[in-house]
Amino acid sequence: MARLDVKKTYKLYIGGDFPRSESGRSYPVSKADGTFWANASQASRKDARDAVRAARAAFAGWSTKTAYNRGQVIYRIAEVAESRRDQFEAELRSAEAITAAQARTYVDAAIDRLVFYAGWADKIAQVVGGANPVSGPYLNHSAPEPSGVVAVVAPAGPLLGLVSVVAPVITTGNTCVVIASEPHPLTAITLAEVMATSDLPGGVVNVLTGSVAEIAPWLASHLDVNGLDLTGVTDPDLARTLEEAGAENLKRIRRPGLEDLLAPPPLDRMTKFLETKTVWHPMGV
Amino acid sequence: MANKSQPFEYAPAPESRSIVDIKPSYGLFINGEFVDGTGKSFKTISPSTEEVLAEISEASDADVDLAVKAARRAYTRVWSKMSGAERGKYLFRIARIIQERAREFAVLESIDNGKPIKETRDVDVPTVAAHFFYYAGWADKLGYAGYGDDPQPLGVAGQVIPWNFPLLMLAWKIAPALACGNTVVLKPAETTPLTALLFAEVCQQADLPPGVVNIVTGAGGTGRAIVSHPDVNKVAFTGSTEVGKAIARAVAGTDKRVTLELGGKAANIVFDDAPVDQAVEGIVNGIFFNQGHVCCAGSRLLVQESIADEVLAKLKRRMKTLRVGDPLDKNTDIGAINSAEQLAKIRELSEIGEAEGAERWSPKCDLPSTGFWFPPTIFTGVSQAHRIAREEIFGPVLSVLTFRTPKEAIEKANNTPFGLSAGVWTEKGSLILWAASQLRAGVVWSNTFNRFDPASPFGGYKESGYGREGGRHGLEPYLKNDGAR
Repeated sequence: MARLDVKKTYKLYIGGDFPRSESGRSYPVSKADGTFWANASQASRKDARDAVRAARAAFAGWSTKTAYNRGQVIYRIAEVAESRRDQFEAELRSAEAITAAQARTYVDAAIDRLVFYAGWADKIAQVVGGANPVSGPYLNHSAPEPSGVVAVVAPAGPLLGLVSVVAPVITTGNTCVVIASEPHPLTAITLAEVMATSDLPGGVVNVLTGSVAEIAPWLASHLDVNGLDLTGVTDPDLARTLEEAGAENLKRIRRPGLEDLLAPPPLDRMTKFLETKTVWHPMGV
Repeated sequence: MANKSQPFEYAPAPESRSIVDIKPSYGLFINGEFVDGTGKSFKTISPSTEEVLAEISEASDADVDLAVKAARRAYTRVWSKMSGAERGKYLFRIARIIQERAREFAVLESIDNGKPIKETRDVDVPTVAAHFFYYAGWADKLGYAGYGDDPQPLGVAGQVIPWNFPLLMLAWKIAPALACGNTVVLKPAETTPLTALLFAEVCQQADLPPGVVNIVTGAGGTGRAIVSHPDVNKVAFTGSTEVGKAIARAVAGTDKRVTLELGGKAANIVFDDAPVDQAVEGIVNGIFFNQGHVCCAGSRLLVQESIADEVLAKLKRRMKTLRVGDPLDKNTDIGAINSAEQLAKIRELSEIGEAEGAERWSPKCDLPSTGFWFPPTIFTGVSQAHRIAREEIFGPVLSVLTFRTPKEAIEKANNTPFGLSAGVWTEKGSLILWAASQLRAGVVWSNTFNRFDPASPFGGYKESGYGREGGRHGLEPYLKNDGAR
């Protein structure tokens, strides 16, 4: 007799743990061929707030790690993801009805993107900061600092989509709450398992699955969220509403826009969620 | 021999007004010439005497539309096609003409705004010229700025500026916009339109192509018409956080790019090993410069408990020497409050400070009988919950809080929705660097305060807004960002 599979329960990823939604809700996720795959947790307002709290708690520790250290942690995510690449390829093929070659392309790109951003951690400050030649006896320099907690709506593309929006946000020292692609949430949770075992401190990345239209407004209006990446929002009315809500505490907002995720990413994926701090020191004896 | 109980008095040393020629009325500057507006008009007054200076047009929606059309036409036909080097040469010309007419600008700004001539002459106007000179040099070097090899302008920029540094804020807005190849429609503040209108003359003298710079005067309605105009690609605003939030909501769902320079409630932290005399000068400069009408003013003094008595005694002694009065007098330290409305706001918050239990102190000073005046004021015994510790007063009013440990100082400093600036006073280098790294603010002054330079990026964290003005960073808000990889 054939052995029965042990199926996995897909939950949320908050503060380094994998809780179910406090609401007790889930929604069915199908494979590309229409067959049932699994039930994903359907996150609630309360889950979103818990995730923001976890992200805020993690910010002080993560943002003050050395840039070299953050780079190593992100590189470690790439290493662990590589070790599970067969699983990712299989998941992508189930989710999106793509060929083995296409799945390989996306997994390659996602892992390489993590490596790309791992290298950025200790370079961005020199690229976007520097000394300012002011007219007076002052040492004056500008350096980037992370904005804080960033809420992210991930685009379609179960793996590359998520990596492309999360990695640039955290490599510079922000922490985040990301809403996974609504139709393809399961790979996001698989990636969360990778992050949970990659020396990434709990709370730096928090993954919610569920309805974007339901969860995103709570994040957009949350006063302890500093940035909002709307890349994955496809409904223009929802995008406008979220931007309006984000205005209440002047969140840094990255609007939705078509982007070829396989192309080299634009610099503003990082700089949108960076502040420039300029410090003046007098010189003299 | 002077009697010790009768200190020297300062003889008046007024700057002559004869260099400025204020017209009885002004139109709008659209497409290179002054035109009559189709809307109503309002009066601009001298805040130190309340005399009416001139009748100013209040640009209507139709006027704003004309200005945007002129800017669009100039952008499409002339400015976006011109080489960066040629654009830069226009900006160099403007910088030079401002230097040539510096005295005129300084006197006019002092009359219309109420700030001391000492400041307009030595700070505002020289910094304006420097700002144009700085960005002039960027115009043909944008490909080296880190925003792609051939970064492109956005189009028409709609810019709305405040009344505290009228000409300087104009320079911060117009210089980078033009250097990057954009054209502009700018609205000066309702109470301080005159130097912007004089700047329009500078544009004419520089032969700037018509429509590249358009100046429309008016109040909030005119500002809203600019921000919401569908053919404006970029909105740049300096002003209150409240209006900044309204602008952020208004542009939601559009392609408009936005930069916002908003309010602040800066902490000025004095540690127990600070050079106290120097710190006292910094505290005075931090809160009384420009009557405290400064978004980055050091309006919360955080002083370490062990030296609080000494610092406060010296601060009070120094405050007694501040001279409040005629802005055109070269000895004046503190000029007039810009408007009756602002004076009412300062009075209201100060009364709330007293009502909430803080102790109020001002030196004796004779205030003129006409105009809008407020004496330099400090509040001691202020707690973090007091409104005078949380809200921007935008006047010469300092809230004093104490702390015991560096960690407590940082916690109190960061306990605000704002994040524009901060000050740190200590002789210990490692403490300066540690404190500067902990403060959530866009500009940190260590052992100095209120320094500004065209090469130095300025702007806030959190609810103090977003985007930077000044330096290479100040180009980014005026360039398309799709070229940068």
